[in-house]
Formats: sequence, structure tokens, C-alpha cells
Amino acid sequence: MFVRVAWLVLRKDFAIEAKTREILYTTLIFAVACVLVFSFAFVREGQPIEGAGGGILWIALLFSGNLALGRTFERERYGETIRALLLAPAPRAAIYVGKLLGIVALMSLAELILTPLVALLFHAPLFARPLHMIALLVLGTVGFSSVGTLFAAMLMRARTRDVLLPILLYPVTVPVIIAGVMGTSALMQTPADEPMAMLWISLMAFFDVVFVTLALWMFEPLMTE
Amino acid sequence: MRKLFTPLAILTAAMLGYAPIAIANAPYESTMLLVQKIFYFHLATWMALATAVTVCAAGSVIYLFKGNEKADRIAFAAAELSVVYCTFGLISGSLWGRKAWGVWWQWDAKLTMAFMLEMIFLGYLIVRKYAGPGAEKLAAAMGIFGAATAPFIYKSADWWRTVHPQTSVMKTLGEKAPPMWNVVWFCGVAFVLLFVVLLTLRVGLEDRRAELDRLYLEAEA
Repeated sequence: MFVRVAWLVLRKDFAIEAKTREILYTTLIFAVACVLVFSFAFVREGQPIEGAGGGILWIALLFSGNLALGRTFERERYGETIRALLLAPAPRAAIYVGKLLGIVALMSLAELILTPLVALLFHAPLFARPLHMIALLVLGTVGFSSVGTLFAAMLMRARTRDVLLPILLYPVTVPVIIAGVMGTSALMQTPADEPMAMLWISLMAFFDVVFVTLALWMFEPLMTE
Repeated sequence: MRKLFTPLAILTAAMLGYAPIAIANAPYESTMLLVQKIFYFHLATWMALATAVTVCAAGSVIYLFKGNEKADRIAFAAAELSVVYCTFGLISGSLWGRKAWGVWWQWDAKLTMAFMLEMIFLGYLIVRKYAGPGAEKLAAAMGIFGAATAPFIYKSADWWRTVHPQTSVMKTLGEKAPPMWNVVWFCGVAFVLLFVVLLTLRVGLEDRRAELDRLYLEAEA
């Protein structure tokens, strides 16, 4: 039941997204625009500052992730579909998991394009240890979106949701952001500092567990009016 | 509680009044000398903050799962005090940092995390003020997430070997310098009592506000 509901919610979001591709395109273009803006701060005399790539990648991801979160739930609100979704005789936590997986999938798609782009533009050796990098990105995305999905879902009812989402989301997810940036910069050293990267990856995994557990625990009472 | 309040307030005032004298009489630390005296209030602030964050999280959990509005008011008051104590802790830490590290602010793990905690509870207050209906629940979620990350802030200096002194200072201080250790605890207790006094006052105000709202609705009906 639980897995099936989560899968159905994920498939529903995917079907809508596959048809319009609105969120994917806007998120991606916004992320690229972020990277472009950063280039003014981190490029001196035509050369990117060493080690800037990791930070730029993560900040672009977080900014665009915030946008994607807002848009996903704005769509539900606009179509009044969230009420129907919550009225459905299904475990609330499963609806949360479905939504979370949708956001993670969307952000992963954006990362698939953004990461090589940043590596190329900022001469960043992001793929020196591809498996470590993938672990960092996946865990970071899960940690960020687990809190993000919960807050965005809750903020649907709030008046000032657009500004409130980043205000609430960034401070709470700081541990994941720190681990992401530090882990990436450890990987970008020559030679890559693998033990250090592993430390940050495990720290991130730990925070993921804490965040997902808390979110699953709180989603039900939070979404009850 | 109301009967206890006046003696508690007097005791807190007396302890806070005596604290500067106790700090002045405590022995000088061998390397930091006078600057080390900041430590007594700095640590006491974080002790009170830990209490405030715990109270806020407990209130939030009770409100979220039981719907108890009194718990929500307590959580709100505790969150406000968290911001106050966290600001004071950051300022006193900054004064210390100026003398110990030569800079007002160091981007060190423990400091960054403390800054983050301040932002979380500022976010809590912003939500309460601007999110409109249903804001209490969202704020409760913030309080719980804030409390969940707080232990990492406490341990961060030990794990990441930062420039901030380690938390194990407290364990060894009792054996090495009993007079200093006593003053540390005296200040800690005074600050926690101050928190209790302020919390009681603030919750009382919120109670009256809720009562006033209820009376307004009654008068209109």
C-alpha cells in the first residue's frame, strides 16, 4: 500500500512534468543563469579562481532547488489538487515520499547537466572521483529536498510562501550544504582527499537519516488542518 | 507557579547582581588573563540557550501531536528567548574572538552552526508573524528541526577540531580549578533562572492575549 501510493504520486507528477517540462526547463535555465552570475565574482583576468567550482555548483543547485520546490507545490495549489490528494484514503507519509522522490528525480536531472557544465566552465576537476561525487550529489539532494518538500507542502497555505521557503529552508539545511561544499572541495584537490570526502559523505548520510525521519514523523500532523 | 514567581525573580536578581563580584574574585587564567572572564557569561548564555531550545522543541512536539495551545505559547516564548540568548552568545563570543584569535568573526564550524541556529529561530519568529493562518504548526516544525541540529552545534568543536575551545574544557575544569568551576556554574544557574523568569512573564503575556482574543470573539457573537 505504502510503496504503491508513493509510486502513484511519483508517476502522477512525472506524467505532468513530462508533458509540460515546465519545472525542469525553468529550474535548469535558472541554475545556468546563477552560474553565469557567479562567473563575475569568481573569474579574475579570464581565469576562474581555484576551488570556486564546488561552491558555485552547490549554490546554483540550492537556488534552483528552492525554485523547483516552490513550483511543484504551486501547481498542486493552483489546481486545488492537494486537497484531493490529502483526502485520498492513503497514508500521508506515502504521499510525502512520492513527492520527495519526484523532487529528487527532478533535481538529479538538473544536476546531470549542471555538474559537467560547471566542471567545464570553471576548470573544476569534479569528476576525478566520479563515485564519490555522485554519492555527494545524491545524498545532498535527498537531504535538501526532504526538508524542502515538508516545508513547501506546509507553506502552501501561507500567505507569503515565496519568500518564506528559502528563509526557513536554508538555515535548516546548512549542515548538508556545508558537507556538500567541503566534500566537493576535498575531491577537487590534487590528489583527491578521499578519507576527508568520505567523512563528509557519511556526515551527509547521517543528516539525511535525521531529516527524513523527522519529516516522515511530522508530515501527518502538519498537514492536518 | 504564581506564588513561586516573586521569590524566584528576587533570587535571580540577587544571583545576577552577585555574579560580577564572583567573576571579579575568581582567579586569573594563566594565558588569557582578563579576557577569560568573558567565558563565565559566554558559557552561561549557551547553557540558557540549550534550555530555551529544549523547551521550545518540547512545546512544539506537544502542540503538534496533542494540539495543546498552552504548549504552543510556551514554545513561542522560548523561541523568542532563544533568539535573545543566541544573539548575546554570538556577541560575547565575538568579543572573546577579538582577543583570542584577533578577529571579530571566524568562519569556524562551531560559529557557523551557532549562526545557523540564530537564523532558524529568527525564521521561527518570521513565520509566526507573517505566514498567516496555520503558521503555528509550521513554526513548530521549525522549532523541532532547530532542536534536532542543536546537539551537532554543541559537539561540532570536538568533531571538526576547530579553533573554538573544545567542550571537554568543562570536564577537566572541575579538577584543575575548583574556584573557577564554581563561578561557571553559578553564572550558568543564574542565566537559566533568568530564562525561567522571562519565560513565565512572556507566556503570561501570551495567555492574556489569547484570553483577550477569546473575549472579543465572545462579545461579537
